[in-house]
Amino acid sequence: MAKTGTEVVKRGMAEMQKGGVIMDVVNAEQAKIAEAAGAVAVMALERVPSDIRAAGGVARMADPTIVEEVMNAVSIPVMAKCRIGHIVEARVLEALGVDYIDESEVLTPADDKFHLNKKAFTVPFVCGARDLGEALRRIAEGASMIRTKGEPGTGNIVEAVKHQRMMQAQIRKIQNMSEDELVAEAKNLGAPYELVYEVHKLGKLPVVNFAAGGVATPADAALMMELGSDGVFVGSGIFKSENPEKYARAIVQATTHYKDYELIAELSKGLGPAMKGIDLNTLRDEERMATRGW
Amino acid sequence: MKIGVLALQGAFQEHQEMLEQLGAETVLVKKPEHLEGIDGLVVPGGESTTMGKLLREYNLLDPIRAMGQQGMPVFGTCAGMIVMAKAIQGADEPHLALMDVEVNRNSFGRQINSFETDLDIPAIGDEPFPAVFIRAPHITRVGDNVKVLSTYEDRVVAAQQGNLLALSFHPELTGDNRIHKYFLSLVEEQK
Repeated sequence: MAKTGTEVVKRGMAEMQKGGVIMDVVNAEQAKIAEAAGAVAVMALERVPSDIRAAGGVARMADPTIVEEVMNAVSIPVMAKCRIGHIVEARVLEALGVDYIDESEVLTPADDKFHLNKKAFTVPFVCGARDLGEALRRIAEGASMIRTKGEPGTGNIVEAVKHQRMMQAQIRKIQNMSEDELVAEAKNLGAPYELVYEVHKLGKLPVVNFAAGGVATPADAALMMELGSDGVFVGSGIFKSENPEKYARAIVQATTHYKDYELIAELSKGLGPAMKGIDLNTLRDEERMATRGW
Repeated sequence: MKIGVLALQGAFQEHQEMLEQLGAETVLVKKPEHLEGIDGLVVPGGESTTMGKLLREYNLLDPIRAMGQQGMPVFGTCAGMIVMAKAIQGADEPHLALMDVEVNRNSFGRQINSFETDLDIPAIGDEPFPAVFIRAPHITRVGDNVKVLSTYEDRVVAAQQGNLLALSFHPELTGDNRIHKYFLSLVEEQK
């Protein structure tokens, strides 16, 4: 008997994305540019995060027309975002046949207390996290892939670095703990003991762990790989740059060959200006997306 | 015995771990110089369009094709099967074009249709194999020298052509290493 929507199949899908770049796109034309540049998947959106920031107001799931347009344009997997806790947006995206759903803090949360029970779905989910506790809470709810939250739409890598460093440090700490200490650590992290125990045994998250939120240049992508990310999401960085084709290719190659600094130097030449970016000190607390969710 | 694992993108670590558990020495292949001295190559699952592009970008396509034609065993899973095929439905040009098969990409549907099932593969023993299909391709046509190793609902999902082995599914995501063992026996024969 064939079984669909199993943990192996959902987590396995993310395994196939490792070492790759997932790019935000807002139409079929951008999706084709991303695919031609070597993206492993695209995220179909109505607006990229920096435009969501600029527009203000409530940000919701994309118009299904855009999602379908992107799905028809490329053969690589297509992801889409739903609001945190919005069961129906998630079900709609699942019905459209998207390959992965991002329950994302980039959109305005629909539920200020509960994230989705992602185990109830056949489609797999990716969720953002700032630290290990948050990552394990999302995995407990059924997330099959984790990404750093970073600070989306800013072109500023500092928060993604902070989140990935935090997660890796906490993983190393748990790995080196005695089993006697794990229950207390689970309490400190606010994470289920079973998952803390799994991290202790594996020395890594039980699911794929990508970087996201502020990646703007090929060197940023390589930095996140260096810090232990399994791959990279690039949001506003590519299509807000002057030469998206060239930029997208450079980011893909820098991610694959993240330790080849001569190559990254070559790739970084003459790319034109990256997106302008935002100094995070100028953001008000309520403008921060990473603090959405718990 | 030294096995290269193509590491441009995808689930290459899982293959590496499984091969090392079986006692093989492994090397991750990202550039042509990494191909030196290998006795076999694994092309893992991932995104075939991305891998095809990076294979060209880093001049890996021709040397790997030549090594495969000279008899070096090559083992492809999922995207790896697509990369090895001589013909890809709906695509202008194949990638390695080593194996005399035509494949259909994503032939079981999108991710919500991805599935696990038990598969009969007589070549590796009587016990069914736990096969994980993720946006999987299947073989639509096989050449005269290609042996079908397994089918699922009348679709060819595992095949061998001498030194070349291709699967639609992902043995590296399971705890069952029988197919990797089978591949290593092909490498042993070639040595």
